[in-house]
Amino acid sequence: MVTDTPIIEFSDVSFKYHAQKEPTLKNINLKIYPGEKILIAGQSGSGKSTLAHCLNALIPCSFTGDMSGTLRVCGKEPAKLGVFGMSQKVGTVLQDTDGQFIALTVAEDLAFALENDEVPRDEMIAKVAEVSDKLELTNFLGSAPGALSGGQKQRVSLGGVMACDVKILLFDEPLANLDPATGKRTISLIDDIMHDEDMTVVIIEHRLEDVLYKDVDRVVLMDGGRIVADMHPDELLCSDLLVDNGIREPLYISALKAAGVKISPDTHPQHIETMDISPYKDAVHSWYHEAKFEHVGRETENLLEVKNLKYRYDESRQVIDDVSFEIKKGELVSLVGKNGAGKSTLASLICGFNKQDEGTILFAGEDIADLSIAQRGEKIGYVMQSPNQMISKPMIFDEVSLGLVTRGVPEAEIKERVNEILKICGLYPFRNWPVSALSFGQKKRVSIASILVMKPELLILDEPTAGQDYKHYTEIMEFIRDIRRQMPITIVMITHDMHLMLEYTDRTLVLTDGKLIMNATPAEVLTDNKVCDKAYLKRTSLYDLAMKCGIEDASEFAARFIEDERRRK
Amino acid sequence: MSNMISYEQKNTPIHKLSGLTKLVFFILWCLTSALTFDTRILILMIIIGVVIYWIADVKWKQVSGVFWAIMFFMVINLVCIFFFSPYEGCKIYDSRTDILHLFGNYTLTKQQLFYEFNVFIKYFTVIPSVFIFLVTTDPSELASSLNGIGVPYSISYALEITLRYIPDIQDEYHKIKNAQEARGIEMSSKGRLFDRIKNTAAIIFPLLFSTMERIDVVSNAMELRGFGKKKKRTWYSQRPLVAADKAVIVFSVAFFAITMIITYMDGNRFYNPFL
Repeated sequence: MVTDTPIIEFSDVSFKYHAQKEPTLKNINLKIYPGEKILIAGQSGSGKSTLAHCLNALIPCSFTGDMSGTLRVCGKEPAKLGVFGMSQKVGTVLQDTDGQFIALTVAEDLAFALENDEVPRDEMIAKVAEVSDKLELTNFLGSAPGALSGGQKQRVSLGGVMACDVKILLFDEPLANLDPATGKRTISLIDDIMHDEDMTVVIIEHRLEDVLYKDVDRVVLMDGGRIVADMHPDELLCSDLLVDNGIREPLYISALKAAGVKISPDTHPQHIETMDISPYKDAVHSWYHEAKFEHVGRETENLLEVKNLKYRYDESRQVIDDVSFEIKKGELVSLVGKNGAGKSTLASLICGFNKQDEGTILFAGEDIADLSIAQRGEKIGYVMQSPNQMISKPMIFDEVSLGLVTRGVPEAEIKERVNEILKICGLYPFRNWPVSALSFGQKKRVSIASILVMKPELLILDEPTAGQDYKHYTEIMEFIRDIRRQMPITIVMITHDMHLMLEYTDRTLVLTDGKLIMNATPAEVLTDNKVCDKAYLKRTSLYDLAMKCGIEDASEFAARFIEDERRRK
Repeated sequence: MSNMISYEQKNTPIHKLSGLTKLVFFILWCLTSALTFDTRILILMIIIGVVIYWIADVKWKQVSGVFWAIMFFMVINLVCIFFFSPYEGCKIYDSRTDILHLFGNYTLTKQQLFYEFNVFIKYFTVIPSVFIFLVTTDPSELASSLNGIGVPYSISYALEITLRYIPDIQDEYHKIKNAQEARGIEMSSKGRLFDRIKNTAAIIFPLLFSTMERIDVVSNAMELRGFGKKKKRTWYSQRPLVAADKAVIVFSVAFFAITMIITYMDGNRFYNPFL
């Protein structure tokens, strides 16, 4: 299948945005052949998105700048064909599947590009039927975007570009908004499509382990606008290039390295399922038995007790079905489950945005049923997913003080408390800055600071790291860890991120269809096959590694590895 | 609130008509109602309107809110006509029959009552057709229909995409409102009116910013998929005109023509029972 003429060829391509001093891409040389599947990895600012934008001609047509060198896609220059011309050759699937869903129904969205190309209606209907059949969307043709799951929306996005008979599929962080199991299925789907349709696939993603679930021909690693590695994943995983360039290694690779193993490419480390583990078995065993591990039991009092909570929006579905759990003072608990499992609803019941039908919520031993949203807000802080959903004042100081001002706190006290919080959150030097001058991560801090200033005892964070790459993810999570050191606060985090759950949280609550199906340590949850399947979680690869090495207590193995990693940080 | 006056998929003969047909009917119907003051035609139109409303299976719950809003403005309209021009009816019908002297220069006359009655029933000729049109027409089909009668497709698609995002934005609004309320910003009816207006800013600005973010993504996605490339576009949701459509269009045109002839036959657009 692989022929000698590259379908994509970058020769010495550099690109500088007009607004920037430094070029974002520096002397890129890259050849991609028909039928290949290429993963482009790199942290934010590495230039990977800029590289992708060159392929669909958004650069230089929509984002202007100075471009040098030559780029050929299917033998043509994208800059000359323009965004429209390129849309016939390169199908781009965006990270935000909601944003990409333009039309009112699935069928119309699949047909959107055809409509714009003035394809007659009969042809269009036939094509939509063909594409929806391939992607198993036939039963949803009349559905509105709101009625679809994340995975279905992604399939619609994919179908929308496939309808144009493109030769190249370009995925811009396809996994960012999906729960882990759906992400895995998406990767399988991409693999099937590219084989059936004979396509070339370029995936931009920093979640390396999830993409490597299916074979990838080459990984192109970028940093600082340059390609720092272009090699087979087996080779790349044996090197330290990933860690050096801010990309997270697959967990089983980290674990093997922690055990002091030197991995070699001929053991095929790309997938843990097929990797030859025999040379490393002994090393892993001895590391496992030597690893220091202390079970730290937290015997403190309960901060939050939820008893037999039931709730439904309408008659059709029990959104929260008899849920009971406790959260102890000082804990960091993760709340997980697939999209629509009831996580957000549970949080909104605790915050008082909705009222439960049955059951009680006790906060520090007291029933909070009669408290208003604002009254609960003083005890329980809620931080939304995107800081843009919360920030309403132009200046940082005003934004953080808002909650105190509305509560009529004296001015002197406001100043003191806000400054204190700004110092804790590392925002004190920016206190007189406008919010608009901050980066996304800093805005996130502002939105958390504006809640912390009210001194809540419990903080609920809704997907604090969604859509963030490893570097920003680490930044946000280390910030949260830092706050915990400085303030006595209990945190509940809603998340899709298995790494986050395993690495940072003490306990995990797993929700499925409104029921609490597990309440245990993250290591126990992520090594439990049944629960992972039911809740659309992805079993950690540490489990597979433990099994392959003949270590029976996989959850203990996972826990020890995480403990070891935390100590080394 | 979310599904008030919005399209609902059903299988009535009215739903089956193409959006273009309904648009033509709607425009001609409103035009007729605006132009004629012939009481007989207006009453006939109300009867037809109610029958279609019943066939289209419109649920009262869907339209009641808007209905009462229209009623409110109608009452203001009728009262204002009387106060600003109490003898309009006498001028129009060229006669004067007093019923009751009210005060000052205001006397209630039969002619004025009859004139205002005509204005009143005009409202009722239009109201059912507005409801029927909005509730039975698929927005994307409407967009294709507008484009079909010569409205540029960028404008008709803008309409469609607005409808596509209304539920998302409503959702976002509720989320933001909850989170701001938790920060102590009072939005419920407990707060004073002035504070509530001021506090609305705390929701509007975040809503605006998150919407802007969305617009950026959507416009890129549309461009990537060829929107705006050509001067014309085709529509997946466009329905070809069938016999029923043609019949309705012919009826609409004929109805318009005949009513206009009847209305203007005697030289003015008023039906005058006083002569």
